[in-house]
Amino acid sequence: MLLIVVVLTFLLLESASGDAVDAYLLSIGGGDATVAQSLRQAYGLDQSMLARLWLYFSSLATFDLGWSVAFGRPVLDLILERLPNTLLLMGSATALSFGLGSALGIVAGARPESLRDRVLSTASLILYAIPSFWLGLVLSIVFAVQLRWLPTSGIETIASGKAGFARALDIAKHLVLPVSALALIYMALFLRVMRSGMAEAWTLDFVLFARSKGLSRSRIVLRHVARNALLPLVTMLGLQSAAMLGGSVVIESIFAIPGFGRLAQEAVSGRDAPLLMGIIVVSAVLVICVNLIIDIVYAALDPRVGASEPNT
Amino acid sequence: MRLLRDLVRTPEGAIGFGILAALVLIALLAPALSPGDPLRIAGRALLPPFIDPAFPLGTDRLGRDVLAGIIHGTRTSLAVGLAAALAAIAIGLCLGLTAGFAGGLIDEGLMRVVDAFQIVPSFLLALAFVSVIGASVPVVVMAIALGAWADPARLTRAQVLSIRERDYVASARVIGMHPAEIAFREILPNALPPVLALSAIIVAAAILTEAALSFLGLGDPNVVTWGSMIAEGRNILRSSPSLSIFPGVALVVTVVGVYLFSEGLTKALAGRRLEP
Repeated sequence: MLLIVVVLTFLLLESASGDAVDAYLLSIGGGDATVAQSLRQAYGLDQSMLARLWLYFSSLATFDLGWSVAFGRPVLDLILERLPNTLLLMGSATALSFGLGSALGIVAGARPESLRDRVLSTASLILYAIPSFWLGLVLSIVFAVQLRWLPTSGIETIASGKAGFARALDIAKHLVLPVSALALIYMALFLRVMRSGMAEAWTLDFVLFARSKGLSRSRIVLRHVARNALLPLVTMLGLQSAAMLGGSVVIESIFAIPGFGRLAQEAVSGRDAPLLMGIIVVSAVLVICVNLIIDIVYAALDPRVGASEPNT
Repeated sequence: MRLLRDLVRTPEGAIGFGILAALVLIALLAPALSPGDPLRIAGRALLPPFIDPAFPLGTDRLGRDVLAGIIHGTRTSLAVGLAAALAAIAIGLCLGLTAGFAGGLIDEGLMRVVDAFQIVPSFLLALAFVSVIGASVPVVVMAIALGAWADPARLTRAQVLSIRERDYVASARVIGMHPAEIAFREILPNALPPVLALSAIIVAAAILTEAALSFLGLGDPNVVTWGSMIAEGRNILRSSPSLSIFPGVALVVTVVGVYLFSEGLTKALAGRRLEP
């Protein structure tokens, strides 16, 4: 699977007109053909396509993602340097949206078609329609520009000399707005999935049985209905991880967070094919890892999964 | 036509249909509603909104009419969203039908390609695609479609797999229908409804992706889009936030309209399945 990703991305970037050498020469104000030729030789850009694809694969096997032309550093170093910021952003956004979304989903799904349900469903529909970059801008207008409660950009105060807990607090303060911008939208999605899952579970036989047993309503809601609706939500989490990674590109560029997504944008503007390639490959690996974790969680949540293995 | 009547009968469908119809009208009548190039300089720069009746929503940093931009932006957003979704669904339907119908090695191979497209963040893919080929409306459409076809392909395949075992397909095979005829006349029409319901979501996602791309400066520079208007206003966010807010509201209204329409459509389709 990863193999297909690598080949397709390679072919796509290969079809680009003009390479990094052109972009570099343009940025320094032009150069003569011999300079361009020697630069291409240095970066191996003069070899045939297949030879370079083979070269890429063989270096990939040793975790070497190539050399970034725009930054003049190894691609892997750049990505590893930026990745923690993005993982922090994505992790907190996921936790927040999953927690809040499922909690509100339970509130809405406890009594389908009630007033509370209608208000929450409508609100989540509108929230889900908001583009995350615009939500980010509006949040920063209100909380950073008008109220001056929170900083507008960056991941921490530059050269503040803070360490330990003070530094963590500083980073947390910088992350509030971007995390909310990303999380609120996914919260709406999780709320909707949770709610519809619960509405469906209400019609099932075992819920009817629980009611006829005379169990209290809150017990039915939490133990029977919500527990069943949680499974599709976990599946959704895995499916959305790729979309969230894409969404972080825009959020990071608005809040000037030096993360993975911003790196992608810099790679695009610098016409840095090796860097862009590395970013796509690493993001695919990341999504696969997330889905692997989700599968394991899923097996823990639902005893039916994996029950086909001989375990008696 | 009957589907449309069922659709309008649900409250979501009626509101969604209303919003979309109004937007389509605005898009079609854009040249009449605000004549001339929306990118031309029309008046004093940075006029605040709700002051000058000639520019109800004010002007931007270069003195361009914000209302004209929003009206003409409707065209771009709807056109790109619809075209990208149409392309994605067409590709998805064809490949899903092929994979589900052919089975075996072809199915296996096609599905691995679908997997590959699903694990790469589609926004990153669109970003790479546009940056490689250069920003213009058709390229943006293709870039968005490239990231969106995998879901309908998977859904179509699942539908085909369940439908091809039904009795009427078996009887079609018995009376000697050509496989292609079975695929297109027996299986495709029955596999279509769930894919149709998915398509509204794809349109909404395509509109949002287009806005995000042009927000990052990767849209067609020669047409006005809501995303590029928001990006333009972002530079002077502190002094005149309304420049970014109005196009954003237009985006939200559009996408809400599409979602409501899709909810109505799902309900209408479900109701129709129960009726007969």
